[in-house]
Amino acid sequence: MAGIGGAETPAKKWGWGVLNTVVVIYALIPVLWIVSLSFKSSKTLADGNFIPREWSLENYQNIFSTSEFTRALINSIGIAIIATAIAVVFGTMAAYAIARLDFPGKNLLVGVSLLIAMFPQVSLVSPLFEIERSLGLFDTWPGLILPYITFALPLAIYTLSAFFREIPWELEKAAKMDGATPGQAFRRVIAPLAAPGVFTTAILVFIFCWNDFLFAISLTSTEQSRTVPVALSFFTGSSQFEDPAGSIAAAAVVITIPIIIFVLFFQRRIVAGLTSGAVKG
Amino acid sequence: MAEIVLDKVTKRYPDGALAVQEVNLEIADGEFIILVGPSGCGKSTTLNMIAGLEDITDGELRIGGQRVNEKAPKDRDIAMVFQSYALYPHMTVKENMAFPLRLAKVDNATVEKKVNDAAEILDLTQHLDRKPSNLSGGQRQRVAMGRAIVRNPKAFLMDEPLSNLDAKLRVQMRTSVSRLQKQLGTTTVYVTHDQTEAMTLGDRVVVMRGGVVQQIGAPQFLYDQPANLFVAGFIGSPSMNFVPATLENGSLRSILGDVTLTDRVRQLVEGADAPREVIMGIRPEHFEDAALVDAAALSSGGKFTQHVDVLESMGSDKYAYFNLTGEQAASAELQELAADAGSDDVPGDGISLVTRLSSASGAVEGASSEIWFDADKVQLFDPSNGRNLTYTER
Repeated sequence: MAGIGGAETPAKKWGWGVLNTVVVIYALIPVLWIVSLSFKSSKTLADGNFIPREWSLENYQNIFSTSEFTRALINSIGIAIIATAIAVVFGTMAAYAIARLDFPGKNLLVGVSLLIAMFPQVSLVSPLFEIERSLGLFDTWPGLILPYITFALPLAIYTLSAFFREIPWELEKAAKMDGATPGQAFRRVIAPLAAPGVFTTAILVFIFCWNDFLFAISLTSTEQSRTVPVALSFFTGSSQFEDPAGSIAAAAVVITIPIIIFVLFFQRRIVAGLTSGAVKG
Repeated sequence: MAEIVLDKVTKRYPDGALAVQEVNLEIADGEFIILVGPSGCGKSTTLNMIAGLEDITDGELRIGGQRVNEKAPKDRDIAMVFQSYALYPHMTVKENMAFPLRLAKVDNATVEKKVNDAAEILDLTQHLDRKPSNLSGGQRQRVAMGRAIVRNPKAFLMDEPLSNLDAKLRVQMRTSVSRLQKQLGTTTVYVTHDQTEAMTLGDRVVVMRGGVVQQIGAPQFLYDQPANLFVAGFIGSPSMNFVPATLENGSLRSILGDVTLTDRVRQLVEGADAPREVIMGIRPEHFEDAALVDAAALSSGGKFTQHVDVLESMGSDKYAYFNLTGEQAASAELQELAADAGSDDVPGDGISLVTRLSSASGAVEGASSEIWFDADKVQLFDPSNGRNLTYTER
């Protein structure tokens, strides 16, 4: 960071340090607040203390005691993983074709996928609702997986084709000359080099599916396929007059955990500059 | 190991552009052949067609007597060294070199032995466990060579393998490539745009221009007997001087004075049915300071006196540059050569002349000097089609 401003002076270092701290605090306080809320008991929930006076796991016990949340968690995990896997596999193939081949209609394909990415999702909700109802997909896993793939694919294709374009084409030619079939060249040379791109894309797509609220609330009606963001909105207190904030906070903490794990697990593989050294440089 | 035959090989792109036109070439087993020409002349396309990386539109390619037009690169059993080296960045040097053998399902012990042998030859033994990104340019180049030699292919194809190295290393690697090829005795096709590499490396050189082969021959033969203006201007550094001239009853009139043709040259010119207006070509080394030439030679050769524009003393020789007023020799070939060398951007009218004089010459920059040239070494070209009128098969 200091490199941008030229020489690294102590004053500059301090300046950046302070700025970074401010940004990090600004971003983290709401998260910490949610965590704090989730550990408060229902009595102290609204006392306004940042650090809970008495720690309690009451909220966590509550959300896991009914199937409302656990079932939604299973739905969320299942739907997001399946949609991610399919989108990444098709995205990889499409991106490879776009980056490497010249075929008629290539620009059209890229244009259409861009169009889909830019389409306001909210305008599609009603038609999708009608279509899914008449096809019997309403309130099922495929009913959510399909639109997720539709909207995740352009994202996947864009990210991945940028990665593929960075892999020198000569590597593939070299593999062919070394006696590889196109399949072997892809598997043993191109795929390992594209892996960081694939993981990055997988994370992005997974987060997109995991966080979606709009489709999930419009295209589901029961616990059978309701995902966590939607289930959260259906939380109620034990009585009509009780604020479910504690449970919502606990659930919010729980659904953040998979994302953190996902990113931590894959970030090692997102090593920039893996392709350096392939060609002259 | 095998011979490679190109029989009227043609490459036409779908948009109709003709990249390579009816190339006929017979490469003998173990021969080191160079494809040379300015960029866009079709030399790399020709190499890629031999490799199988580009389809052959027309004609036949035979390796070891077998038609291979339809064969995939992997079934042709040839290895290629790329200009960018194209090393696999996620593999170590050892894995890079072993890759072709692994694909061929060679057993582990043999792979180990062959990789170690190749590393030994190329002086890479201590780098086997490093990744390409940690190697210097020269080391990467050697790994690329190693990957080619490990599996004893029928032929090596090299696409400007040295052009990414700095000048000093390039000269070093040039000799080691040459030594390696002699040692292995493998048929090699080498593409370059550098005429020095072409002259020093090859058994035979193929000069290409615009997808058409201009001349095929040993480097010295191409230098002495270029078939046309293009080859004459391309081969040799500094390149041949071209001056417009007129043929008149056995003598040659030009800005460099009148000179009587020698019997050898006159016979050739008569046999070639030469036009009156010609382009005269003389190599820099065929000039000499007139004061250093003996009387007999002096009277038979041409003489002119001009201001020395620039004088470069190289120790062993002196290069004297002249700028003569007059029309430049005009032909499509010369224009293309100038464009390729980038010299068409250099401002200046008139004819520039490069002469290589003995170090004993008393020529001084800015002063007039009398320069002699050898009339028997003059080459004459037809300006309309670039044909060499003094060409002999010898």
